[in-house]
Amino acid sequence: MSAKPAQRLTLFLLLAPAILWLGLLIVLPHVEILVLSFSERVAPRVYAFGFGNYLEFFTEPLYWRTFARTAAMSILVTAITLVLAFPIALYIARVAQGRLKAMLLLLCLLPFWVSELVRTLGWMILLRESGVIPYLLQAAGLAGRPVELLYNDGAVILGLVYGGLLFMIVPLANALESLEPAVVEAGFDLGGSRWTVLRRIVIPHAMPGIVAGCIIVFMLTVGNFATPVLLGGKNGLWFTEQIYAQFITRFNWPQGAAFGMLLLLLSSAIVWLGLRLTGQSLGTTLKQA
Amino acid sequence: MAHPTDLDIVNVTKRFGSHAAVDDVSFSVAPGEFFSILGPSGCGKTTLMRMIAGFEHPTSGDIRIRGKSMIGVPANKRPVNMVFQSLALFPMMSVGENVAYGLSCRGVSRAEAEARANRMLERVGLKGFGDRHVTALSGGQRQRVAIARCLVLEPTLVLLDEPLGALDLKLREHMKIELKQLQATFNTTFAYITHDQSEALVMSDRIAVMNQGRFEQVGSPRELYHSPATPFVASFVGETNRWQGEAAPASNGVVAMRLPSGAVLHGQGRAGQAASAFVRPEAVALAQDPSVLANLPNRFEGRVSAVLFDGAASSLLIDTAGFAEPVRAVLPQAGPLAGIEVGAPVHLGWTADAMKVFAA
Repeated sequence: MSAKPAQRLTLFLLLAPAILWLGLLIVLPHVEILVLSFSERVAPRVYAFGFGNYLEFFTEPLYWRTFARTAAMSILVTAITLVLAFPIALYIARVAQGRLKAMLLLLCLLPFWVSELVRTLGWMILLRESGVIPYLLQAAGLAGRPVELLYNDGAVILGLVYGGLLFMIVPLANALESLEPAVVEAGFDLGGSRWTVLRRIVIPHAMPGIVAGCIIVFMLTVGNFATPVLLGGKNGLWFTEQIYAQFITRFNWPQGAAFGMLLLLLSSAIVWLGLRLTGQSLGTTLKQA
Repeated sequence: MAHPTDLDIVNVTKRFGSHAAVDDVSFSVAPGEFFSILGPSGCGKTTLMRMIAGFEHPTSGDIRIRGKSMIGVPANKRPVNMVFQSLALFPMMSVGENVAYGLSCRGVSRAEAEARANRMLERVGLKGFGDRHVTALSGGQRQRVAIARCLVLEPTLVLLDEPLGALDLKLREHMKIELKQLQATFNTTFAYITHDQSEALVMSDRIAVMNQGRFEQVGSPRELYHSPATPFVASFVGETNRWQGEAAPASNGVVAMRLPSGAVLHGQGRAGQAASAFVRPEAVALAQDPSVLANLPNRFEGRVSAVLFDGAASSLLIDTAGFAEPVRAVLPQAGPLAGIEVGAPVHLGWTADAMKVFAA
């Protein structure tokens, strides 16, 4: 009997860091932001409850267009990342053996040893008008004059796909690794072409990994700030920039808070939709990730 | 016109580096035959099977199915289907989809494929299982799905790679009979590989015994068991007593072999300096009265050292003068010796025909 309170205390102490982490760093700030997003300035330094910040979003086209653009571009980036990562993951999981496998995974990981900012600056060095790639294009006679490859959607997509690739490859390779070789052979043996085996056996088996990778990459992309700003410049038009502008430039915290909540809603809604469309549950997906 | 053979393997060799996994193997399988390749693990039988299926390519030689060379034909274009050791059912599909998979790969319409899959499931005793998930089946049912998935394609040849290995003993015994019956009803040619001699003996029309990449002997189960061609076949197929000694030819085809202890045995076979002799436990006659065994050329006296009771497969170990190891004999379960106990004295003997002598 006397052991019980002691056990409870131990349990509480063990859980305390996790609870504090979740409570202080995740739940509390979000509650604060939620409350903040519903406060309207009615007079200098006087705030009242209202939906004005959300109304502002729908009435100002720049806001909701940037919002829609961010969503559409993020989905596109996720799709491109998936298409690029699938063959790489397939190779790592099914073909490469032993040391080669470890080497390849390390190679995917290597760019993440430097910060996102440095990686993005690296792309800027390659792409800018006086940079490496325009120089090479000119030297090869493919361009008459140095071309500006930065500050367009292509550059933004390139940077985001590059940043997301690892987070797609790892869950995909995990999922593909668990596919029994004999099952693939049986697929061929019974008359399946490469395409049939891929479509009916490999992809369905890898589905939890595909969904897990897509969720991670989508979340990272939607919430990215540095890459669209640096590679897209003024044309980046990422929704996180709007949030940044409200908080830091305009000093309109309630408006920024409302945008933040909208972005959270957007990513949650798209993830939910993705899970529904692919018939996966969050539980099995998280296991793959 | 039907081709006289379904499968011809012609001088097939497969090398991995300098090691020959399959070394100059040739054989033919007739239509409707149940042909087994029996050998210990690592003997090359799986490599041979994978070459027939198209997953490995022979270093030299030819594989012909109904007279057509399969060299350069990919696995998905061969009229051969395989039942894998792990069965390799598609876990992402239902039972019906598993069986219909091959048909839909051939471009059969969805409705037609489903109807044919259902008819096939009915024939293997799985009527109404089409919508079940493969993980919801028992071991024996999964086995039948794996076979139905092949048979629905009406292949020239079905390859079976130790499909009973994962089953428990009781079910394995049952599936042996079921497989044999399935093969007879569908009249499809089966090529079966196993390391389990009892599976091969019970089901096969013909068996090839394989060792270190080569065929030691090809023959009916009875031939292999009663007239082994090599010492390997004699010791690998069935239980046997084995002794080493020195042999010298005696009169009328009989070989006399001297054991290290000095005891002399008489048997059939080739003479050599060093020799091995094999006698089946059921060929060892037992008696309490030595006069019963008087006309046997090999006669000894011993004492029962162990009774290994295993129902119909029970045996006795008999410590016998002149033999380093106890002689194994079948436990008599009827007659005067029924109920024999450890320590009982017994007379034993066997004919010269029952003992095969090979040059060691």
